[in-house]
Amino acid sequence: MSTQKIILVIVIMALCTYLPRMLPLALFRKKIKNQYISSLLCYLPYGILAAMVFPDIFSSTASVISGITGTAVALVLAYKRRGLLPVAVSACAAVFITERILALMGIL
Amino acid sequence: MLTFRKGFKDGLPIALGYISVSFAFGMLAVEKGLPLWSPILLSISNFTGTGQFAGIDLISSNAGLYEVIFTILVINIRYMLMSLSLSQRLDKDISVLQRMVISFGNTDEIFGVCIRQKEPLTMRYMMGIILCSYSGWNAGTVLGVLVSSALPVMIRTALGIALYAMFIAIIIPPARDSKPVMKVVLLSVLLSCIFRFVPVIQRLGSGWIIIICGVISAGLGAYFFPLALGDTGADAQDDREAHK
Repeated sequence: MSTQKIILVIVIMALCTYLPRMLPLALFRKKIKNQYISSLLCYLPYGILAAMVFPDIFSSTASVISGITGTAVALVLAYKRRGLLPVAVSACAAVFITERILALMGIL
Repeated sequence: MLTFRKGFKDGLPIALGYISVSFAFGMLAVEKGLPLWSPILLSISNFTGTGQFAGIDLISSNAGLYEVIFTILVINIRYMLMSLSLSQRLDKDISVLQRMVISFGNTDEIFGVCIRQKEPLTMRYMMGIILCSYSGWNAGTVLGVLVSSALPVMIRTALGIALYAMFIAIIIPPARDSKPVMKVVLLSVLLSCIFRFVPVIQRLGSGWIIIICGVISAGLGAYFFPLALGDTGADAQDDREAHK
């Protein structure tokens, strides 16, 4: 791809990323009075984030086994209300340790 | 108080997660033969994960412009819902121009952290969290491009789970406190897992699947468990403070 076309693609990508984020925020300033819609918008983040995490989290590491270990650690610590950073770091550590063990066992 | 400082602090875990992801992004772009400046320009102008990774493929496969538009729009359509949801949480004093600035930073992770706040979101808070995260995103990209393979593979694969773990930390505490939220989360996980393995639906791609799962689960949640106006659905969001 030529330099000019790459720049054009990047500009188009930036617009196609920015506009869906910007239009609802800029145009929709009123508080929603409809109870169903406002409830839906309250639940929506949880539904979207949950679908984003599962099942992709299991394939986010080098092996499904380490993915499951990391997920389990994250779930337990999140349930205990640990903060975002401790949960993320602990999950990474769990994945790292599991993958070293798997490598020793010759599975990975 | 939702100050700039608080926003910046809340942005730190996001920035750390971003550094690892954008680091991988920068390296992958170089590996795929893109010119060194292009991943950096992508990160500065797009500030999005999935879309940029797709962008590497689009550029390296010399895709047509319509294909670029369609692919990126499909990936990003969920942000319309998230922006609509976020619009309900912003302080009423925030102007249209300020909203246009904030929307550039409405990423999955920033959105996730913002919805944990009980007070209306202030412009200063939003600037703090966005600037912090945006810095991490761009720093990681530049590092990834420059160092290409300095980070051992074993550490890189372990970092792959970081952002997912963070999402878990965002959704589990409110789900624990509110049965309706828990039901919405479980239903969405169930649908998402089913859809990824159903032959026809899985072809839709993860962008559409996430939207469908989110809308169905939240739609049923709103139908069966309507909330009083002004209720955010999760009342125990401040517990995080107790653990600092």
